[in-house]
Amino acid sequence: MTMSTVDELVEAGNDYQAGFITDVESETLPPGLDEEVVRFISQKKGEPDWLTTWRLEALQGWQAMQEPKWAHVHYPPIDFQAISYYSAPKSQQEGPKSLDEVDPEILRTYEKLGIPLHEQAALAGVVNPDADAGRQVAVDVVFDSVSITTTFKSRLKEAGVIFCPISEAVHSHPELVQKYLGSVISKQDNFYAALNSAVFSDGSFVYIPKGVRCPMELSTYFRINERNTGQFERTLIIADEGSHVSYLEGCTAPMRDENQLHAAVVELVALGDAEIKYSTVQNWYPGDADGKGGIYNFVTKRGLCAGPRSKISWTQVETGSAITWKYPSVVLRGDHSVGEFYSVALTNNRQQADTGTKMIHMGKHTKSTIVSKGISAGNSENCYRGLVRVSPTAAHARNFTQCDSLLIGDTCGAHTFPYIENKNNSATLEHEASTSKVSDDQLFACQQRGIDTEKAVGMIVNGFCKEVFRELPMEFAVEAGKLLEVSLEGAVG
Amino acid sequence: MTLLQVEGLKVDINADDAPMPILKGLDLEVKPGEVHAIMGPNGSGKSTLANVLAGRPGYRVTQGSIRLDGDSLLDLAPEERAQRGLFLAFQYPVEIPGVSNMEFLKASLDSLAKARGEQQPAAAAVIGEARELANSLDLDPSFLKRGVNEGFSGGEKKRNEIMQLLLLKPKLAVLDETDSGLDIDALQTVSEGVNRFRREDRGVVLITHYQRLLEHIVPDYVHVLAEGRIIQSGDKDLALELEAKGYAWLT
Repeated sequence: MTMSTVDELVEAGNDYQAGFITDVESETLPPGLDEEVVRFISQKKGEPDWLTTWRLEALQGWQAMQEPKWAHVHYPPIDFQAISYYSAPKSQQEGPKSLDEVDPEILRTYEKLGIPLHEQAALAGVVNPDADAGRQVAVDVVFDSVSITTTFKSRLKEAGVIFCPISEAVHSHPELVQKYLGSVISKQDNFYAALNSAVFSDGSFVYIPKGVRCPMELSTYFRINERNTGQFERTLIIADEGSHVSYLEGCTAPMRDENQLHAAVVELVALGDAEIKYSTVQNWYPGDADGKGGIYNFVTKRGLCAGPRSKISWTQVETGSAITWKYPSVVLRGDHSVGEFYSVALTNNRQQADTGTKMIHMGKHTKSTIVSKGISAGNSENCYRGLVRVSPTAAHARNFTQCDSLLIGDTCGAHTFPYIENKNNSATLEHEASTSKVSDDQLFACQQRGIDTEKAVGMIVNGFCKEVFRELPMEFAVEAGKLLEVSLEGAVG
Repeated sequence: MTLLQVEGLKVDINADDAPMPILKGLDLEVKPGEVHAIMGPNGSGKSTLANVLAGRPGYRVTQGSIRLDGDSLLDLAPEERAQRGLFLAFQYPVEIPGVSNMEFLKASLDSLAKARGEQQPAAAAVIGEARELANSLDLDPSFLKRGVNEGFSGGEKKRNEIMQLLLLKPKLAVLDETDSGLDIDALQTVSEGVNRFRREDRGVVLITHYQRLLEHIVPDYVHVLAEGRIIQSGDKDLALELEAKGYAWLT
């Protein structure tokens, strides 16, 4: 074991406002990944044997796999043995405690980020202070590898909702975890999902019982702090029959010159008539203007519409990360089930994004909607990759896809790879695509009315993203708009 | 005090990588309360003048000066010129899809207020005034929710420019062929708008091809621009003379 004290401050003058480092003592595993590391993590969390075995099987699978190369992104090979697979603030070694006992440095971190840990607070800067108390958001906070705290636990408990760190759910609700963990994304689904399955440290677990409408928005806030660590969180959300939940995910990381790996897995299960709405605002550190540093965001997200008339809706606003590799997907197994994907992906400077969705239609009368808005600026590369698959069983399936790209400047790239596989001739599939550019005439028209170019680009980009923003919970939509403006700073000379 | 003072203005554009002179020593003086019409044949430099006043990229001022209220505009960015009270009604207003007219107007008013150290206007007040103005210009109030000029007809786009003029209340309005492409009813509506804008402390530069606009907006001065220079100035009767004789007798 190594004990390290991070003692650095971030240079002033960068636009990435979440880029500071928190000075806490951490317990961090030395770099490298083997069976021993996996056993250490599992033991650290006091996991039952079945889970240790599950992790080891994932590791075996991973060791036999090759890193995927098909995405339209370029980066030097990752040395997976140079990464540390576990880091936790020392003060949290005994697991989450009450808020009073959490390291004040960590509390200050979230204060700076505007994430409310005290239950009377709502998402600062995100929520209008006049909003009624009904708009409160329960937050699970993950700092490096461990969950720090989960708010509003008791109120959720009254409604029968389980919302806790997954490491805790393994002990408190083993039957649910064992039944659903890996049921949508198997432990050897792909290279990064297998890696995650072997070493995942924490993440959120949600169970909404039959017929319950979750009384508030649930949210997880991920923060990478330690250097040379990867973050491998795992989220599992189960909406039992006829239930409803809206879930928000946010993430930031300090600015560091090295690249850091984030390989998360999110699994959603919606049983009959249940609905899950999953919204992400991804603002991992994107690296500097020359492409130095930044997060590699290689994430597997998939939802299963298991029962009839179930619905899963992904909404994502992706502005951060040096490289994004992410395809939130829906498997539409239940008849009349609905899958949705609304995405805004913005790349600036040297960022690269290869993102999109998969809609796998299996049930009859299943319906999916894909709205993707890609914005490229600077020297960035932005790619939409999507698959709509209609199985022979999916009679009368419908899909509508709309992919729009907006270019700012002439040194960036936008690419679209829409795949369609239709094996049922009663299906209706529609695809629309457009590419446009923020024109000099538009900018001049704004300037002539007194609006400077940065504000003008922000306004035009926000307008372009409107269809997606209106799918976000309102407070998030405002935040997302501001985030786009910050991310675009310097995009026009 | 002079509102707009242009002296010896020479402007080039890039044509096939070689500079091509468009304005070749232009003088113009507009005092508060005055309306100056600038007429001239195609290619005489009328639109260049409008764009150079507003600071549009792509033009190079090689000589001369432009002053607004005594301050040189040449080193100022387009938005700074706007913030100092210069407004250009575009000959070809652009579409900005997804950005509603209301959002655009509010952003404009906010930016202008901020630059001038004034308080930003309340949204409700702006909506109220914008609705009234839209109504007076025969624009359906629902247009405030639509994207800027998105799917507008030519006439609607021009009326939108006048609506912005009346809402933003600049010191100096430069109207670049605002009458082109308008039918007679729209021409009347737009002209009424411009006349409403006229005030003793505001100036107007009216660039037009046709005398018919000047029947509705009566100018104090008429200038003829040809080959990059003002070759003749007079009062409104000059416009009638041009209508009768064409430009040939002058050039």
